[in-house]
Amino acid sequence: MATSITDHFLVPKHYLLPKEQAEKLLEERGISAEQLPRIQKNDPAIKEFKPLKGDIVKIVRNSPTAGQSIYYRRVV
Amino acid sequence: MLMKKIHSVEFQIISPAMIRKMSALEIKTPDTYDKDGYPMEGGLMDPHLGVINPGLRCKTCGQKMKQCPGHFGSLELVRPVVHSEFSRRIEMLMHATCEECGRIVLPEEDLEKLRRDVEAQPKHTEIIAKKIVAKAKKITKCPHCKAIKGKLLLDKPTNFFMEKERIYPTQIREWIEKIPEQDLMLFGYNPERIKPEWFILTVVPVPPITLRPSITLESGIKSEDDLTHKLVDIIRINIRLKDNIDAGAPQLIIEDLWDLLQYHITTYFDNNTAGVPPAKHRSGRALRTLVQRLKGKKGRFRHNLTGKRVNFAARSTVTPDPFLEISEIGVPETIAKELTVPEIVTSWNKKKIEKLVKDKDKAVYLIRPDETRKKIDETNKKEVLEELDIGYKVERRLRNGDIVLFNRQPSLHRLSMLAHKVRVMPGKTLRINPIVCKPYNADFDGDEMNIHVPQTEEGKTEAKELMYVRDQVISPRYGGPVIILDEDGVSGLYVLTMKSTEFTPEEAMQYFYEIGITNIPKPDRGKNYSGKIIFSQTLPKDLDLEYQTKTCRVLKKTGLCKNCVKEKCEHDAYLKIERGKLKCGVIDAASLGEGSGKIIDALAREYPSEVIEKFYFDTMRLITDILTKRGMTVGLDEYEVSDKIKEKKKKIVEEVMEEGKKLVEKFSRGTLKHIPGRNLEESFEIEMMRLAAKSKEKLEREIMKEKLGPVLSKNPELNTMVMILSGSRGSSINLMNIAGFWGQASVREGRPRRGFSDRLISLNKRSDFGVDAGGFISKNFLEGMNAKEYFYHSMGGRQGEVDTGVSTKVSGYLYRRLANSLKDLMVNHDGTVRTADKNVVQYKYGEDGVFPMKTVQGKSVDIEEEFRLFKKKK
Ligand SMILES: [Mg+2]
Ligand SMILES: [Zn+2]
Ligand SMILES: [Zn+2]
Ligand SMILES: [Zn+2]
Repeated sequence: MATSITDHFLVPKHYLLPKEQAEKLLEERGISAEQLPRIQKNDPAIKEFKPLKGDIVKIVRNSPTAGQSIYYRRVV
Repeated sequence: MLMKKIHSVEFQIISPAMIRKMSALEIKTPDTYDKDGYPMEGGLMDPHLGVINPGLRCKTCGQKMKQCPGHFGSLELVRPVVHSEFSRRIEMLMHATCEECGRIVLPEEDLEKLRRDVEAQPKHTEIIAKKIVAKAKKITKCPHCKAIKGKLLLDKPTNFFMEKERIYPTQIREWIEKIPEQDLMLFGYNPERIKPEWFILTVVPVPPITLRPSITLESGIKSEDDLTHKLVDIIRINIRLKDNIDAGAPQLIIEDLWDLLQYHITTYFDNNTAGVPPAKHRSGRALRTLVQRLKGKKGRFRHNLTGKRVNFAARSTVTPDPFLEISEIGVPETIAKELTVPEIVTSWNKKKIEKLVKDKDKAVYLIRPDETRKKIDETNKKEVLEELDIGYKVERRLRNGDIVLFNRQPSLHRLSMLAHKVRVMPGKTLRINPIVCKPYNADFDGDEMNIHVPQTEEGKTEAKELMYVRDQVISPRYGGPVIILDEDGVSGLYVLTMKSTEFTPEEAMQYFYEIGITNIPKPDRGKNYSGKIIFSQTLPKDLDLEYQTKTCRVLKKTGLCKNCVKEKCEHDAYLKIERGKLKCGVIDAASLGEGSGKIIDALAREYPSEVIEKFYFDTMRLITDILTKRGMTVGLDEYEVSDKIKEKKKKIVEEVMEEGKKLVEKFSRGTLKHIPGRNLEESFEIEMMRLAAKSKEKLEREIMKEKLGPVLSKNPELNTMVMILSGSRGSSINLMNIAGFWGQASVREGRPRRGFSDRLISLNKRSDFGVDAGGFISKNFLEGMNAKEYFYHSMGGRQGEVDTGVSTKVSGYLYRRLANSLKDLMVNHDGTVRTADKNVVQYKYGEDGVFPMKTVQGKSVDIEEEFRLFKKKK
């Protein structure tokens, strides 16, 4: 049986951020890429995208305080 | 400020060349002082090594005591010795290499592969080195030069044997010198920085005098530092060895002396080396040498660097004083005299400071703009006043109104350190209002606390703005009150605001006077005043509140009040405050309690913090007064129950026994109904627990009903019930245990089972699983238990004791680790949470960016309250 863990309701949705958007994000927030939290290239939640080192992943999580919160991680 | 980032730190091993290069003097003689008491030239106290006498100048750098950092000397060893801290590394190298050619005794292709491994994973050299040694140990013949490899043995810590024959440091040095650089790299050494032959010492650095100062005792006798003693030993043996070699002494004697030199060097580094007897002082005390200075709780790291002591601090026992404001702290005169604050002289305060200097015993020091100090005393006041000018500082004693930090360990909390306003008082203890015990977790059974005096305007302001007690009433953890009235505070206000409480005008005036009411309200009970009207005087005039009290909750649980009729509640259990007037309801834990006290919450949240401080001060007056006059005490008669209850208890216990018997029978026949997911035995045990719990609940309700009756209808003398109803202390369970029965003793959430084989205690029959034999206690604390029940009770008691012990330890350490890992996370101005090196942890603090202290019970918006306010406006 082939099933992807990304379909599970407890796994927050991960998206690969397009280059322009990623650059805009860093620019707007004044964060350098090294300061972002990291995620492994082969992390089960993102490996389907076949991400490259340096890509930025956007994660939408359910949050007990904010309802929904957005998080960014840099692929290493 | 110029800030630079440290890119990396590299540790190396000091080379003999380096030791010689940094040496200011070669030590030649073991003598320290000559007979006139002057330091010997070329000795361990030679002034080339630094100065420890004020006034003298260093012969190396020419500076005076404080300026000269001290200079290293050196000692040339006649024969090399092993550095004991490195003998393991030496052993590894010798195991892996050939004595003849110095190569690693592995075939060239293996070495080639290893070289690639090291290049690929430069951080794993430790593991690779271990692998090399393990492989090389098995090889008996060098593949490079075909020399036979002997069996090497290390007699810890420093003696090496080859085929049972001693090899001396000179030979070892020759051996490991031969190891080529390419092979060294495989062990993780950087051959440009470290040569393993340096592990064998040929020259020893002699630390500066500043590191081992001699002390002159009161008797005038000079006493040397342990390190100096040790160095004297080394030099002495070194010279003796030299003399013997020069005189051509027999090899045996030379080897003995050599070993002795090795011993002294080994203990000089670490006087606790395994397998070496520690070197002793003349008095028999073991010497404190280099490793001992650094290691352990009393070592340089944990004692002096991690745990530094501070100035401008004081410590004493704390005692309560309800006449203080919550933000105040009572500081003893003796402490206030000792602690100082610098006051900067400006054009605005110059007059005031001049007065300060003129007054007796107020100013202590004059600090000039160049930071030099002058002590102010009665004799030089004139000169000081003359010199005093803008830009100067005057250090004055602590006085009323100063802001200080107050702290109680363990500091698990940000509320473990708060800012208080000083009030200088007679006595020897530090005094606090008992209301602020909560955040510190302090009590007065001998607790000691510390004060710290901020020394700069910035420090004072920061303390006042961020840590002042009255601004900390709402907890930053859960958004509810933490600095609260509890215990006697709640009981006091409950008694004051009970329906039955009434005061004559004379009595009432006393209360009004105490809380400074000049606008006397009209009596509301004929000529008399109710307690409610007196309490209302402490509230702001625009406060509106409405809620069910703690009393209401207790009554509901007992079944005495089913449908809430709000204002019309006959038990006065519904509270309503209209425009600062307590219309109905008693003040209890629901109004004042931790986390959810409604009045405290409203006052602390909606008003400036002076209001809550004033409220606490006023209510404290009322509480102290009413409880002093009325008293708050209990007697055994409060737990006496009626015959009706006694009868009921008998019946209930009999019922339990009966039901229990039935369950046992079902269990042994196997007809007992299973609880889903449990086996027969588990189901039986659960049923037995349930049976006991149900019976207890039944009687508990009966006793509560009986005891509540008189309190609700005008007999407030039952103080146990006052405490239970108001939620100030104790619960119906405590009452049940005293006046009803204890019920089932439990260990780990079930009936106790361990003890003798097939039974709990030897008083029972074997294989009896019944109610009585399973730990049921049908007695209460008032009657007392029989021997059997006493043991049952102790089984549960022990579990509780062990649990608290284990859980405080475990959770304490867990908390410490968590706190240490989070302590330098900070919310930045852009709203992100970042580590000390500015890595992002959260993009928005707590994901919603809300400060919990400003929330309502953790929610950022209290919709219901907003709606209520909205309706009110309309
Ligand atoms: Mg204590
Ligand atoms: Zn010097
Ligand atoms: Zn060889
Ligand atoms: Zn009610």
